[in-house]
Amino acid sequence: MDSDHNPVTPLPEAPGVTGTNGGVTVDRADRMVIRFAGDSGDGMQLAGNRFTDAAAIFGNDLATLPTFPAEIRAPAGTLPGVSSFQLQIADWDILTPGDRPGVLVAMNPAALKVHLQDLREDGILLINEEAFDERNLHKAGFETNPLDDGTLDGFDVHRVPMETLTKAAVKGSGVSGRAVLRSKNFLALGLLLWMFGRDTKVTADWVRKKFGRIEPVMNANLAALKAGYNYGITTESFARQIEVRPAALPPGTYTNVNGNAALSWGLIAASQLSGLPLFYASYPITPASEILHELVRHRNFGVKTFQAEDEIAAAGAALGAAFAGSLAVTGTSGPGLSLKGETISLAMITEMPMIIVDVQRGGPSTGLPTKPEQSDLFLAVWGRHGESPLPVIAASSPSDAFEVAIEAARIAVKYMTPVILLSDGYIATGSEPWRLPDIASLPHLEVPFATGPNAGDQFLPYLRDLRTMARSWAIPGMPGLEHRIGGLEKEEGTGNVSYDPANHQLMTDIRAWKVANIANDIPEVEVDDPDGADLLVLSWGSTYSAVRAGVGNARRKGAKVAYARVRYLSPLPPNMTTVLSSYEQVLIPEMNNGQLSRMVKAEFARPVISYSKVEGVPFQFGEISAKIMEIAGR
Amino acid sequence: MSYTRVDFQTDQEVRWCPGCGDYTILAAVQNFFAGLDIKRENVVFVSGIGCAARFPYYMNTYGMHAIHGRAPAIATGVAVANPALSVWVVGGDGDFLSIGGNHLIHALRRNIDMTLLLFNNQIYGLTKGQYSPTSETGKTTKSSPAGSIDYPFNPISLALGAEATFVARTLDMDRNHTTAMLKAAHAHRGSALIEIYQNCNVFNDKAFIQLTGKSERHANRIDLVHGQPIVFGANKEKAVVWDGGRAAIVDRASVSPSQIIVHDAHAEDASAAFALSRLAHGPYGPTPLGIFRDVYRPVYDDALQDAVTRSTAARGSGDLGKLVTSLGTWTVE
Repeated sequence: MDSDHNPVTPLPEAPGVTGTNGGVTVDRADRMVIRFAGDSGDGMQLAGNRFTDAAAIFGNDLATLPTFPAEIRAPAGTLPGVSSFQLQIADWDILTPGDRPGVLVAMNPAALKVHLQDLREDGILLINEEAFDERNLHKAGFETNPLDDGTLDGFDVHRVPMETLTKAAVKGSGVSGRAVLRSKNFLALGLLLWMFGRDTKVTADWVRKKFGRIEPVMNANLAALKAGYNYGITTESFARQIEVRPAALPPGTYTNVNGNAALSWGLIAASQLSGLPLFYASYPITPASEILHELVRHRNFGVKTFQAEDEIAAAGAALGAAFAGSLAVTGTSGPGLSLKGETISLAMITEMPMIIVDVQRGGPSTGLPTKPEQSDLFLAVWGRHGESPLPVIAASSPSDAFEVAIEAARIAVKYMTPVILLSDGYIATGSEPWRLPDIASLPHLEVPFATGPNAGDQFLPYLRDLRTMARSWAIPGMPGLEHRIGGLEKEEGTGNVSYDPANHQLMTDIRAWKVANIANDIPEVEVDDPDGADLLVLSWGSTYSAVRAGVGNARRKGAKVAYARVRYLSPLPPNMTTVLSSYEQVLIPEMNNGQLSRMVKAEFARPVISYSKVEGVPFQFGEISAKIMEIAGR
Repeated sequence: MSYTRVDFQTDQEVRWCPGCGDYTILAAVQNFFAGLDIKRENVVFVSGIGCAARFPYYMNTYGMHAIHGRAPAIATGVAVANPALSVWVVGGDGDFLSIGGNHLIHALRRNIDMTLLLFNNQIYGLTKGQYSPTSETGKTTKSSPAGSIDYPFNPISLALGAEATFVARTLDMDRNHTTAMLKAAHAHRGSALIEIYQNCNVFNDKAFIQLTGKSERHANRIDLVHGQPIVFGANKEKAVVWDGGRAAIVDRASVSPSQIIVHDAHAEDASAAFALSRLAHGPYGPTPLGIFRDVYRPVYDDALQDAVTRSTAARGSGDLGKLVTSLGTWTVE
């Protein structure tokens, strides 16, 4: 059977052991993919996130994939208005949110229309049957009612009168009118919690905390949650519970975190580890805005956030803050990275430390604002005027974003250079359990502050540390270190404006060398190759989970295949040449038209099989393993 | 320790054209700083691109010569990161009003603590003579051989419309007046914009002749002085009065003294200042100089620093261990 199990951990005992719970059959599953789908006003993201939290605290491994329309409230009941949240829970180490759901919650006909095709043949359907009226059926494009015309034959269908149940449950809560039905996502959630044998405590606690100040809403949601749960207990058609036990994850303390939060925390951590105050400037843009929202909540870490008038101003303010001695960060998504380009070049030639976060989304232009893609790689590595190389690193999972943020800061500060950090919409909004690092053991980040004159009684801003070629960072307020930097080419050493031909060649070479030399200060690419394979699969960024799982799946089917993850895109790690020359074939799956493939071909003159997908959805592990099997001729 | 002008000079050769108005402004600024009780290391000059934008290279303070139009945004980052610094931004009419118009208006409305020196010469100098957003309609330049069809900005009106808390206008040729404006702007906490009429003797010579010419200036220079009635002319024979909601120039003798507008730079409402800014849409006749508006409004950099201080006081200094466990945790043995 196909599985997206992490190949580095052993599979647990076979699932399928069946027990009972007071007359209800309990099927044990090793994993289950659940998808909540409804109108964008139906609260599916909230329901999905709450179920995720309950599963995480229960101890399941999990991975999530929220999918929502770019429109805030697309016309109700229509296909473009459908919002969904998929998660996979498992009792072992999984890597992806799963390919096909085993449980689908459909809050209206449009949700059913969009998502039914993905449901497993033996899948369970929870349907809000009262939404299946003529009007909604018509909006979703159903000629006949799928609840009655045989469309759902073979599935385990549960028609639930969610609206009637919700209305009855919230009576007396103080919520009235149309607001009553807003609690129906909690009803569905309660039912799902029962179905998976979870109690409602984790969710109820959250509701009390979140809505405590609006008592009627709190009461309505609690009542709906409980009603949904009780409906499962008392309704005979629900004769089956699914048990997914806690996962045997490596020992440690875990939390469930999405990529934008982990990245924000990583920036805060870098600020603490370097002693530099964090300054974050951004212009709201999906899917990067949540970093701004997260950071503004943590001012007690000395964090200053600045919502700028535009993307260019955000980059400029960050550069100004860097000049003044902050750990300066600007965050954006693809279109914003284009706008920031000129400022990044200025940061590059002035050799100021700065982090530019690009949470990539489908492009070009506005493209698919809420969907992930990896198509800004070229822009990050090469997308500036002039010879303007700079380090580019990528997060490969939500929790990895924490570590990568610290690493971006380490490189920016140590080498006095802007660094581009690539995330994407999948990492940003998806969540996974994160085994918390030992905070005390995180590395201290050295800052090359100038403390006094460096040439007799003078301070020369472009004198360099010959190990890193970084110039020193003299911040306003330091007496005797007054100096001027700027976009005009500077004379090496003095930093005076210079139009000298040989000096421009020298400075161009130094800047390039400085960045290239970072290759000697980053970890080598680790290759996982237990079988002596001929085929190497390389991934970068968020394709990590599907590619890693796909490799494992292909191995279980008998393929010999090696795997490596590239975190540092520029400069590439120093052992890339050796690694690439050790394999006859190299497969690079990417959510773009083969950008890393081309970089690898260009830099190492190695043939590469590019596997690209730009559908606005992540790779499924099944696609990766099928591709591997195809190449392996199996 | 007290400074002299030399302390603010750098070893860099000043490379403006001989006769450029920028020289007199630089001298005025350096002299002004020498007379201040301020530490040189706490001063930052930020500029964009253009002739004026070379300014930081000639000031022995911290400085950044940045990119076209973006200086107010970059200076915002400097000021917000360290509100103790004295931040100065220098740009021309193209830099501040064309490519950087957006950053200028937003810096002004936020009231970032910085002084913006707008060197307005009504022409593009560094690109060798195209019309600018303050050039008069009909101006013949390399890019408008048949006369420009653009309508110009009135920089003072623009700044007032952008909610600026300090707006003034001065003239490169008048060192004392320039210094007085610098002093007032420096004393103002928040954004302060000084429009400086600056002669470009190569591409737009004598653009301000109505205000600098020996025979013209007395007739055209309207000095705005807070608390004083607005009168001007060689013999103070002209006055400014309200006329149906606008400010109008009249013969002083034709009105009673009580009708003459007494300039109130500290008026909460910017309407009067705006009306005065409309007396001239360019230096082609009677034109007000001086402080149009000087009012207090909370300063962005202070407010943000306060928010950080208050949050830290209320919640204690951030604890990373608590942060990463704030969403709830579970333990795997």
